[in-house]
Amino acid sequence: MSTLSVALTGNPNTGKSTIFNELTGARQKIGNWPGVTVDKKMGYVSHDNRAISIVDLPGTYSINARSPEEQIVIDYLLNEGPDIVVDVVDSSNIERNLFLTLQLLEHRIPVLIDLNMMDEAAAHGLKISSKKLSEALGMPVVETVGRSNKSTRKLLDIFTSTVMNNYKNSELIENHIKTVEAVRTGDLNDELKEEKIISLRYELIDKISADVLVRNDPKKNFSEHLDRILANGFLALPLLLVILYLVFSISFTWVGKPLQDALGDFISDTLSPWVAGGLESLQVAPWLDSLISDGIINGMGSVIAFVPLIFTLFFCLSFLDGTGYMARIAFVMDPIMRRAGLTGKGIMPLVMGFGCGVPAIMGARALDSEKDRLISILITPFLTCSAKLPIMALFAAMFFPDNAVNVVFSMYIAGLVMAIVMAKVLSFTTFKNERSSFFLELPPYRMPDMKTVLLETWDKGKGYLIKAGTIIFSMSILIWFLSNYNLSGPTEDMDQSLLASVGSAMSALFTLHGFSSWESGAAIVTGILAKESVVSTMGIIYGVSGVSTEASDAAETASQLIGSMGGAFTALSALSFMIFSQLYTPCVTALGTIKKETGKWKWVAFAALYTFAAAWIVSLLVYQGGKLLGFD
Amino acid sequence: MMAVVVGQDKMTLNRVHAGSSVKVEYLETSPLKERLMSMGLVPGTIIKVLRSAPLGDPMAISVRSYNLALRLNDAEKIVVSPTA
Repeated sequence: MSTLSVALTGNPNTGKSTIFNELTGARQKIGNWPGVTVDKKMGYVSHDNRAISIVDLPGTYSINARSPEEQIVIDYLLNEGPDIVVDVVDSSNIERNLFLTLQLLEHRIPVLIDLNMMDEAAAHGLKISSKKLSEALGMPVVETVGRSNKSTRKLLDIFTSTVMNNYKNSELIENHIKTVEAVRTGDLNDELKEEKIISLRYELIDKISADVLVRNDPKKNFSEHLDRILANGFLALPLLLVILYLVFSISFTWVGKPLQDALGDFISDTLSPWVAGGLESLQVAPWLDSLISDGIINGMGSVIAFVPLIFTLFFCLSFLDGTGYMARIAFVMDPIMRRAGLTGKGIMPLVMGFGCGVPAIMGARALDSEKDRLISILITPFLTCSAKLPIMALFAAMFFPDNAVNVVFSMYIAGLVMAIVMAKVLSFTTFKNERSSFFLELPPYRMPDMKTVLLETWDKGKGYLIKAGTIIFSMSILIWFLSNYNLSGPTEDMDQSLLASVGSAMSALFTLHGFSSWESGAAIVTGILAKESVVSTMGIIYGVSGVSTEASDAAETASQLIGSMGGAFTALSALSFMIFSQLYTPCVTALGTIKKETGKWKWVAFAALYTFAAAWIVSLLVYQGGKLLGFD
Repeated sequence: MMAVVVGQDKMTLNRVHAGSSVKVEYLETSPLKERLMSMGLVPGTIIKVLRSAPLGDPMAISVRSYNLALRLNDAEKIVVSPTA
């Protein structure tokens, strides 16, 4: 028998993804819908000797093709014609959910109605007769409670049975379709027609719910009580800060960082010596030894060490998202974000930007309008990602030993201020004709489904791992090569290397900035490949082995470097270099993500160049301004 | 301060106090109109205003068994009447 194809559709926040994850487990493949950056989730399962493929369509409130998600849903259902379409309905909120159901039935797409979260509906004092609902629509109805094996088995049993072979729109639905058709072919203008049809749908929904729904007094509205604290009054903002601080503490201090350090130690103390020993016993050529030990292991190691931190951060954010609190953050922050030309929903991508720009840029896709998405993507590079922190920490420790923390903190603030200023500028210039909107469902608070949180964490983290891995791998080889060779072959003297040539070409741009040595030019170039390599390039060039890219070791590294590097920078030119590093062109991984998200090279070029220009101007102002004020 | 409008009795959603319930009369033309209607804000629907965000805007409403946040200038386009 051929594979049975099943499509899951439904509103956002109905537990649809949880059902998908329960049905398919880890047997998932996540790709992209053609031409857009919306995830296409496919899963496979076999039941009663039947192979079943399941697609998790994006959650949408309607299928009017107003957004890429809505377009995907309607195109898929009409063109691919899956064997079974499941319409996942949040039972505690069937009125709005049935709107999509009616639209599907109007397209004569037969659906299996999955009344999900029946337990939550009961807690809300709602009793739904699935038998009556089935009669009203003419479609089969099944009750589920999200994360339960019984529900999963019930759904699979229906998929492989013949239940779906004898369905037919009820008379009620057929009459509704006729009325809708009459409006469509009538002589109202398009806008009025659509509004009339929307009203007709809700009239029918009101009629159906009066018949199938019994409302009792809700037991206790947990979400309402929580919102009185978390989304109301004076406490909401401080609590938001506390929760975000917790997320960062977990990621950067309590869990992520110790794991990162442990992995870093493993690489430097165990893996490197082991590989070095192996290479020695194999008696490989010195150049190959150097390439593997100095180039690949050092280069890859600095990136691999970040993986636990990134995964921990993603886990926390996925968890928070699953609870429904993300929507409250957007709600509370909207007025503040709006003053900066953004919307409340833009806060999460920005918060993530302090960890890593790549997920932050990807996170922008959750925003409503093209304008909001682009502004968010274009300002993210100004923020201090975790790879920039070592640069700040190192320079601060070397040149401002008494004020290191304040100087680093001021760099964070400088990045944030720049991001806000540019958001404002972009929203008034490039995008002034596009409107921004804010319109958001506040779903009930829920305990997140752990399977879903873990799968999401893995999906997002895996992308980072692969992309960073491939790019950093080739980059490490490239830097090693550039610093050891010139056009006439291998060179012992790094001043004669290709890296020096590249660096001095770049440094010509910075004669007025106080840092025009080829060394800093080379660091700037390699920093475009990955921000981690600004510090490691400095380390290689200034001849300090084992320069740590970890911020906590900055003081130690600084004392090693100060002898050779102290002469190359003054305090003022160091500050100028720091502010330039803070603001300039994002790394190639981030640029690649911008291409993927915006789909246009135009925005990649813009993001690369305007940040460079902004950084060039600001660092020039810092240096020349500082000189005028008598610093040096 | 009340905005100077013809017909002071026209009540819009943005001016409804937290805790009150109102009925949707009609929606004025706006880019969001169709989306708001699709989400269930059609004439006759009962809306309960839940709260404002800490800085006064946006507002949260309960409509058709779910909660929705929207900005005051979008809520201004929703004309409502008191429930009996």
